[in-house]
Amino acid sequence: MLRKSSLPIIVIVSLFIIWEAASRIFTIPTWVLPAPTVILAEAINGWSNYQHHIFSTLSLTVSGFVLGAGVGLIIAIVLHLLPKIREALYPLLIMSQNIPIIVLAPLLVIWFGFGITPKLLIITLVCFFPVAVSMIDGLRHTNQDLVHYMKMAGATKKQIFTKLELPHALPQFFSGLKISATYSVMGAVISEWLGANKGIGVYMTLASSSFRTDRVFVAILFIMILCMVFFALIMLAEKICLKWQTNKGEK
Amino acid sequence: MGTLELTNITKKFGEQVILDNLNLQVHDGEFVSLLGPSGSGKSTIFHLIGGIYQADNGTIKLDNEIINGQRGTISYMPQTASLFPWRTVLENVVLGAELHGKPDKQKAFHMLEKAGLKEYANAYPRELSGGMQQRVAFVRSLLSPQPFICLDEPFSALDEFTRLEMQKWLLSIWEEERPSVLFVTHNIEEAILLSDRVLVLGEKPANVIKEVTIDFKRPRDEELTLTAEFLTIKREIYQTLRGVIDD
Repeated sequence: MLRKSSLPIIVIVSLFIIWEAASRIFTIPTWVLPAPTVILAEAINGWSNYQHHIFSTLSLTVSGFVLGAGVGLIIAIVLHLLPKIREALYPLLIMSQNIPIIVLAPLLVIWFGFGITPKLLIITLVCFFPVAVSMIDGLRHTNQDLVHYMKMAGATKKQIFTKLELPHALPQFFSGLKISATYSVMGAVISEWLGANKGIGVYMTLASSSFRTDRVFVAILFIMILCMVFFALIMLAEKICLKWQTNKGEK
Repeated sequence: MGTLELTNITKKFGEQVILDNLNLQVHDGEFVSLLGPSGSGKSTIFHLIGGIYQADNGTIKLDNEIINGQRGTISYMPQTASLFPWRTVLENVVLGAELHGKPDKQKAFHMLEKAGLKEYANAYPRELSGGMQQRVAFVRSLLSPQPFICLDEPFSALDEFTRLEMQKWLLSIWEEERPSVLFVTHNIEEAILLSDRVLVLGEKPANVIKEVTIDFKRPRDEELTLTAEFLTIKREIYQTLRGVIDD
């Protein structure tokens, strides 16, 4: 158990050591590739400079994620309950994911201005899809034995949905959420590139255009941290909600 | 009360006639087994009683009320336990009652205690063995508000030892509660041991070709299966069934 979790740490630490050593031995200029220690120093010393960017991105991510997951959930339920509409709209759903966000983003600014609306729209667009698709699958693959029992026992359509199909799809819902959570941070950063006055995306653009490569890496570092924290929180929620899936005696 | 009466039931799927003028009755508090080879239309009969299928002809009466095509009038225990994995045992056994009103958890717990499942009340189904899961499923059907229980080959997926264990257990619970039961099985011994009456089904189209009244005193135990009378009945039914298969 200990070995398993320590393996990735060993890999990461040795990568950092190689990186640090390489930048010292070959004296790579900081604006090309800063050494890990330089990035860390900037991360610590510059905290007061950039912390408001992080909190801005954080709140944008959370609201976008909640909105996206909510939309995904509603779409999944509607499409499940109305199979005719599912047939009609499912291809559209997939096509919505083929639009390059980079192209769509400026258009959204033209239509909705520089406010929060286009940003939320972008995050929603990237977040709703994993939730919707996995939830639709979860709802469709309800155990037929259980459906049969419910029908024989005289359950109404509503009861079959709320007591059986919905809880049955919960594990799929969570796997959708986990994918969405990681997408949402990226979505937020991309939406900030379009035009915002705060956020990691803004900080990143400013840093790269002024050749402060160390700051670009600080931004990357925080995007990763946000993603991981988000992912961990959803895993925790999953563990609590799906405690019936793990055996008590299981290690 | 719980009397079930099927009169002149006919059911076709396309050209194929599954049931042709089938008649059967189960009286109040009676345990009746339907015995027949696989694919003889036993499940179709249950689907008709449960209201999932519509009969092409004939009436199904429960306590003198016609229930053709009406769902939820009987309590049902399927072949597989069909427990909800996210519900604990206690939450599972009240499900049948929950669909028709507020369930009585106190009563449910009491029943679990009687069925020897008390310590599993808060366990999840996946922590239980196959036999235990079937017990939970049976308690669930007992706790359902309907007076009539249909059991669809409930022990067919269990191994021989668990099966014997379960038959004994079912007998003890049933003899105490005495609900009306229609029990589908393809195991002759099981049918004789448990029932007041055994109905042997013929094949395609299915109909009752033989009715055997089992007069053994209750409470019964498995010793009974080795007595001469028991074996005589078993032979009789076996020969009837063999006739069906040979035809």
